[in-house]
Order: sequence, then structure tokens, then C-alpha cells
Amino acid sequence: MKLIFDKSVPGRSLSLLPKCDVEETTLPKEFARTKAPQLPEMSETEVSRHYTELCHHVYGVNCGFYPLGSCTMKYNPRIDEEMAQLPGFTSIHPLAPEYATKGCHEVLDTARKMLCAISGMDDMTFQPAAGAHGEFTGVLLIKKYHDARGDKKRTKIIVPDSAHGTNPATAAMCGFQVVNIASAPNGCVDLEALKAALGDDTAGLMLTNPNTVGIFDENILEITKLVHEAGGLCYYDGANLNAVMGVVRPGDMGFDCIHMNLHKTFATPHGGGGPGAGAVGCKNFLKEFLPHSTLMDGKESSQVRSFAGNFLVVVRALTYILTLGREGVKEAAVNAVLNANYLQERIKGSFKPAYDRICMHEFVLDLSEFKKETGVSALDIAKSLIDRGMHPPTMYFPLIVHEALMLEPTETESKETLDMAAEVFHDLYKQAHTNPEPMHSAPHNAYIGRPDEVRAARTPVLQKKL
Amino acid sequence: MNYPKELNYSKSHEWIKEENGVATVGISDYAQDALGDVVFVNLPAVGDAVTAGEAFGDVESVKAVSDLVSPVSGTVCEINEELVDAPEKLNKDPYGTWIIKVNEISDKEDLLNAESYEAFCAQEAK
Repeated sequence: MKLIFDKSVPGRSLSLLPKCDVEETTLPKEFARTKAPQLPEMSETEVSRHYTELCHHVYGVNCGFYPLGSCTMKYNPRIDEEMAQLPGFTSIHPLAPEYATKGCHEVLDTARKMLCAISGMDDMTFQPAAGAHGEFTGVLLIKKYHDARGDKKRTKIIVPDSAHGTNPATAAMCGFQVVNIASAPNGCVDLEALKAALGDDTAGLMLTNPNTVGIFDENILEITKLVHEAGGLCYYDGANLNAVMGVVRPGDMGFDCIHMNLHKTFATPHGGGGPGAGAVGCKNFLKEFLPHSTLMDGKESSQVRSFAGNFLVVVRALTYILTLGREGVKEAAVNAVLNANYLQERIKGSFKPAYDRICMHEFVLDLSEFKKETGVSALDIAKSLIDRGMHPPTMYFPLIVHEALMLEPTETESKETLDMAAEVFHDLYKQAHTNPEPMHSAPHNAYIGRPDEVRAARTPVLQKKL
Repeated sequence: MNYPKELNYSKSHEWIKEENGVATVGISDYAQDALGDVVFVNLPAVGDAVTAGEAFGDVESVKAVSDLVSPVSGTVCEINEELVDAPEKLNKDPYGTWIIKVNEISDKEDLLNAESYEAFCAQEAK
């Protein structure tokens, strides 16, 4: 496909800017360019066609089934988008006088109260711009807590081996030593391994519940109690909150601080790299360390981002919560779990679940035996699904399952869609046993076939000369 | 799958060969197969201290990043710099491609011989 720069024709232009109605002036010489910027020169028609063409080459939730495990690719209601586009929210400046920003403050305050109610936390900041940024902020709260008490020996953060890669990365970024503990055979925290890892050097534990294999850890109260008894704090990674929102609260499970991916659990289109919102909540005793914008919140504190973070994501989240209501939020979680269990049961006849039990909002298939039988890998199945009009599931994650495919159908899919997906999986299972060859080079009908991932990783080309 | 008799192995799938007080460390055939195509190797520096049972570097494959665990405690006396530009050597010839050499050895993990390692891998693969 051609880049927009390849389509540029010298001298061609469009007139989107209104006529200048003020006196023209020039920049001081030291700031002025000596050469014109290299921008594509195109007509409005060409620009419009270029972006429409790009649109046809991507696949989103609006195109079809998108069971990308751990990512909660639910359909985002249009009303959330409509509210986020209201000029009162989009045309406001954070430094505008108070009387002009009252509505925005009300959005932030209401969203804070509702999200605290959902998570069981006492206070919250909206500054972090995404999930990993939220984790970083949350673990800094833990660090600050120990520092403020003069407890300097707490240098370690415990992370289970099934955790998202961002957890150990966050702990390391915050200056902690990461202690990895192996999961029990059922995919949950191994209490004995946890006890062995705990000590007076434990700063805290990072955990997501339900965990990355889609199982709710039934020992959660015991786990958080053990960490607290050792003097550590418990951090809840909100990655899998979609399974339990409105049903159980991380605050009641014994967690002291938490981040929530507002963009994912509370419906903002995501997956393209932002903008997101990793709201961080905490219990009262950590409140004094929460980052806030002095200008927005009137509180003297440190900041992790400017003003109120990505404010419009908070507008969408609030709209989502208000539209669903208390019962609706719970129903969304319950249906997410129901859909995942339905799909797991339907697929189970061919592909084997890694943990054959009732799951939460997602489940993991273990294709290692299937690969031995047929030579067809999890990657081949993922790529073959593209030809069948589906977005592939998450693959090769979590690392504790070999040849893993992780499916999260979300609550916004119908029974018909789930049935269709199950049939596709059965078909591919059969094909792997009868005619596996084409599967190794799938997809065949997609705009981009099978990229050479190894070459891309070994010799990446990250620039294009214009 | 290949398990050379003259080598010892760790349960984290590194092979080790000891000669004249120097331990040569690489990853096993089973490890390279499980990892898939290796695209990057993160090596320690010569002179770094390594501890038995702890990570001394990592390997990145198309699938994931995995720790390289040292089977011995000691000091890194040589690193295989070829791997920086040619990480695929670990896939092509896992036993002919060493990663680090360690001297001043003070401690060792419980290692497996080829036969027990083969049995261990068979168990892992189940």
C-alpha cells in the first residue's frame, strides 16, 4: 500500500483553513524555518480516499468478533462517544476560570465517587494516562507509604509467574526487586510459595483477580491477610475487573490500592495506543500520597501527568456507568462470565482448555498436544481465524501455558456470534487433521499475509526516507 | 531432541560444561525449541558476578522474553559477543553455541546428567 507521502503531488493543495483575518506577521529569524516542511500535498478528495482505504484494511470491534483475551474488546456504546464530543467538554481549557469548568469538575467528582463505590476504594486520581502508568503510580504509593514510616528495608515486590508482563516491569521501574512466585497447578497463587517469599523485606504484592488464566482465586482473603501480616501492601491490577465489577470489590478482597483501565472496562475504543485512563484508587491511609493537579483539585501534591489526565476517557466511563446503572454494571460482568463459559464449553469438544473448570470472563486453551498431533501451532490457528473473519485471540500468553490461545468474548456478543465462533474453531480443528498445509501460511485472504516476524524482530526497519 | 552425554543440565534448561575451573553455559535443545526463534540475547558484562539459581541475562524470542538462569555462582570471564548480531545461532546449534563462561566458581545448583535431564524434559512436555 502507498503511504500518503507517496501520493503527494507537488503544488496540489486543499483549502480547509479559513481566510486569514488578522494582520500577517513573521517569526523572529532564529525561530523561522529555512526550508518548507515535508508535508504531503493532496486534494481533499485524495485525503478522504486515503483514510477510507486505511479504514478498509483494519479490523475493529465494529467489524466483527474480537475475542482478544485480557484486552476486553467490548463494543463501546455510541452514547459514550456522543457525550465525549459535547463542546462543553471538548472546547474547555484546564486553566479556564472556575465558573467555566464547574461541569467538568462535577464529571470528575461523580466519576470518582462511582468508581470508588465499584472498587471499594476511598479516593482516586485520574492522572495516569493508561494501565501501566496506573500500575506505576499505584506501586509508587506503596513505596511512599513505607518511606514515610521510615521502613527502609522493604525492597521487594512479589509477583506471580502468571502476571501480565507490566507487573514485574512496574515494580522494577519503581526501584523494587521483583520476586516471582510459581503458580499452583490450578493456576492460582501457591500459598506455600507466597509464605516462603514473604518477609520483613516485602513491600507488597501485585495481583489481578480473576487472574490471567481467567480463574477467580478463592484464597484471596487469605492471600491479602498473609501479605498484611508480613507488613506489605496489596496492589490490585484492574486488568480483569470486567469479570467482577458490581459483583465483588477489590477493596473488600483486602487490596489497598488499585488501577482501573477505564478505557477498557468502562468502554472507550482502545487497542490503537490511546488515549487511555488508568485511574488509581486507594484506601484512606494512602490518600495523602495520591497525585493530583493542584490547579484542578486544589490539593498540594505531586503529579504524574498534567491536570486531570485524559479527561474525555473519564467522561466516557461516567456515561457508561450512568447508562448501565448499578444493576447494569453487574449484569455486564455476569454476562461476560456467562459468554466465556458458553464459548469454552462449545469449543471444548475439539480444543482443550488449560484448566477445565468454570472460568470467569476469559479462558485459555492449551494447544500443545494438538500441535504434537497435527504440527499445527497456536500461531497457525490464530492466523487461520483471520481468513474466517475473526480477530485472533491472544496467543502465547500467559507464559505458564504452552501453545496458549486466550479468549475473552466479552458481554457484548450474542449467542449467534459465539456459536459461529465455536463452529469456526471446530472446522479448523478438523482441517488441521485433514489438510494442515495451508494453515502454516495463513492468512490467505487478508490484506497482509503472514509477516516474517523473526526478520522483523532481528532486523527492524523503523524509518522511511521521504 | 538431542541431549549430549558430556554435559550437565539445570532444571531451567541451561547446559553446563566444566573444564579447569571454568564453567561454560548455554541453553539446551529443548529450551531453544520451546522458545522458538530467538531474536535477541541480553548478555551480562565480563567481570559481573552471577549467582546460582538467579538470572544472568535473558533471551527474547518471537513468543516471549525468558530469563537465563545461572547454574553456578562465580564471575563472568567471557561472553559470546557473536550472539549480539546472530542470536539465531542458539536455535541452529544450541550445544555448539555457548553464552557465557564463568570462573571463580563458589557454588553450584543441583545439576542433572543427560539421562535424568531427558526424563525431566519428557515430564515437562506432558
